[in-house]
Amino acid sequence: MNKSSRKVMSFTGGIHPVSAGKKLTNTQAVHTAPLLERYTVLVQENAGKAPEVIVKPGDKVLKYQLLAQASGFVSANLHSPTSGEVAGIVEVPGPMGVPALAIDIRADGEDRETDPFEPIPDWRSTDPKVLLDRVSDAGLVGMGGASFPTRVKLSIPPGKKVDTLILNGAECEPYLSADHRLMLESPCRVLEGAAIIGHILGIDKIYIGIEINKHDAIAELERFSEDYGIKIVPLQVQYPQGSEKQLIHAIVNRIVPPGGLPADVGCVVQNVGTAAALSDAVTLGIPLVERIVTVSGKVLKDPGNWKLRIGTPVIKAIEFCGGVTDEPSKLILGGPMMGFAQNSYEVPVAKNTSGVLLFSRRRALNYRSGSCIRCGRCVQGCPMGLCTCLLATAIEGGRIDLAEQNHVMDCLECGSCAYVCPAHRPLVQTLRLAKAEIRRQRAAAKAKAEK
Amino acid sequence: MSNLVIAALVMGVLALVLGTAIGIFVKFFKVKSDPRVELVLELLPGANCGGCGCAGCADFAKAVASGRLKPNGCPVSSQEQVNAIAFALGVDPGEGFARRAVVCCSGDKFQTQMRKFYNGAIDCAAASMIGGGPKGCRYGCIGMGNCAHACPFGAIEVINSLAVVHQELCVGCGKCVAACPRGIIKLVPADSTAHVYCSSPEKGAVKRSLCHGGCIGCGKCERAFPDSFTKTGFLASVKYDAAKLPGAEEIQTIKCPTGALATEVDHYAGEKAVREGEKK
Repeated sequence: MNKSSRKVMSFTGGIHPVSAGKKLTNTQAVHTAPLLERYTVLVQENAGKAPEVIVKPGDKVLKYQLLAQASGFVSANLHSPTSGEVAGIVEVPGPMGVPALAIDIRADGEDRETDPFEPIPDWRSTDPKVLLDRVSDAGLVGMGGASFPTRVKLSIPPGKKVDTLILNGAECEPYLSADHRLMLESPCRVLEGAAIIGHILGIDKIYIGIEINKHDAIAELERFSEDYGIKIVPLQVQYPQGSEKQLIHAIVNRIVPPGGLPADVGCVVQNVGTAAALSDAVTLGIPLVERIVTVSGKVLKDPGNWKLRIGTPVIKAIEFCGGVTDEPSKLILGGPMMGFAQNSYEVPVAKNTSGVLLFSRRRALNYRSGSCIRCGRCVQGCPMGLCTCLLATAIEGGRIDLAEQNHVMDCLECGSCAYVCPAHRPLVQTLRLAKAEIRRQRAAAKAKAEK
Repeated sequence: MSNLVIAALVMGVLALVLGTAIGIFVKFFKVKSDPRVELVLELLPGANCGGCGCAGCADFAKAVASGRLKPNGCPVSSQEQVNAIAFALGVDPGEGFARRAVVCCSGDKFQTQMRKFYNGAIDCAAASMIGGGPKGCRYGCIGMGNCAHACPFGAIEVINSLAVVHQELCVGCGKCVAACPRGIIKLVPADSTAHVYCSSPEKGAVKRSLCHGGCIGCGKCERAFPDSFTKTGFLASVKYDAAKLPGAEEIQTIKCPTGALATEVDHYAGEKAVREGEKK
């Protein structure tokens, strides 16, 4: 197909962050990390309820063995990344800045595997319920960032009908190229995973949205996509193209109602990484214990994409990249726009860690915030059409009720507003504060009503 | 001539009719008001702080006049003012104690380990949502002054990233208690002199690595005055309901090794000295 004649889709609003960071890593093949002596696997790697730990200190475990059992519907299984001994259940620095429980596994160096699941090569003739059980058994969670259990996302609430599956390969965050390399190096895993999800949901309309700065990945996926009946949709390079609601708007031109879910407009959105992991879980029968992580930043000697097992401390990932050339002053897990700054190098890699980014003091702009100058750039940049500056002013003045009336709960926390603000106002942080407060108030009102 | 008569007649009749109407309205639409409420309202300080638990001074005056609350329910009024209200109403002023707020933390920016840099919103609640706040300790004062902004009496000052209560200004209305996202502000009896300036339940060694001012749970105070102090885990606390609390001199004899147990005067003087030292 002639490239120039293709229509490139996008959504309204959004920004164009400096994208030079991707060049650090996007041309390098994924390396596989060597086996470490110690892994600290976070117990809670999923959104929702933490799973129940079923191993005790002193237990011998094998690779892929179940470490923690899902403790409810919105919960996910956890498996061992290698064989060895459970040294204890310890507190490690968590990705949210507060200590989190982790299972400390001392590797024995042999990396012996168990075969937890039977491979299902002919999934096309398998009952979707069996496949759905496999999804939850393999501990799959959304690998784009929110780590929502995939099983929950694939269980469509009664009364809703879905007709479209969208795979998110946009990877709109600067610096990250993990999904890019995944699509380029194993396109068939991604496509097969997409087809399996389609089979589970009984959907044949499947799209994969990819930003056009990844033209090689688009070409690679298009070589095979015909066989699976999947359509590859090139998207404009625009942030936050990879957000669920924006992706649906760009590809099928439907608007998710405020407070709604993609299922309300008949869509299901999954990350390409999740699809690849799902394909492994079904066709090879292996649970989710490793993922591709972009370890990047100008201060690193040798930035690259690494296949890391869950529980790998971030400091080890930095060592794999040859260490640092300059004193780093900011460590971020995830992308630079939506990721979380860390205060320890001992934070372990989790199922949703798409990037480990290090910035020097100069890059991690030490700015001072000023007053709103009412330029309206945040309003222009907001993908959800919110008047961010006015919302923030209302919240700062203590009028959280006013912010609630003006849809502060629709905020994605994508950071577009704070990125373009010339006064460097901490807009996302202010909006997050209001969202937390409103959620607290709603929970209190609900508890009162139940009484 | 007749014009004048007509005008006078019309005005006279109108005055009669309206006057009668006013008389009737006064009788039938009378709002019963309690003059005592007005009286109490005049005697109250009018800060509308809400420290009494009512919606404002007017609401409190109503409650006092109706006998639902005692005059000393107002934390702002002095004992003389309370007595004046009680005398005016001829009621019992009520028994109780005045309260003061205490920020139970001594981790100023020199005592605790500060993280690299924080340049987000200057708001305690917002800062505490980012990796547990800019200070090393997850339980201590964040020092961005949500309590100071909430205080209607200007009694809280943030010195070296630590909120300190000016005891002479504090009336114990409790607005700061609600404003603190960490919940480390306590209301204590006004006559108590010493407090444990630490709220962290962590182990002593962990606290020591994060903050030089935290209580390490050595139990010295408990051994010296078992009736006045108690220790749960690694955190000492004052038994505020004890019959008699030790005075300032007695507190000094305990020699708390970290200075977490201190009198209000010493705590404020210590923080102020550090600030002035920094200025030089």
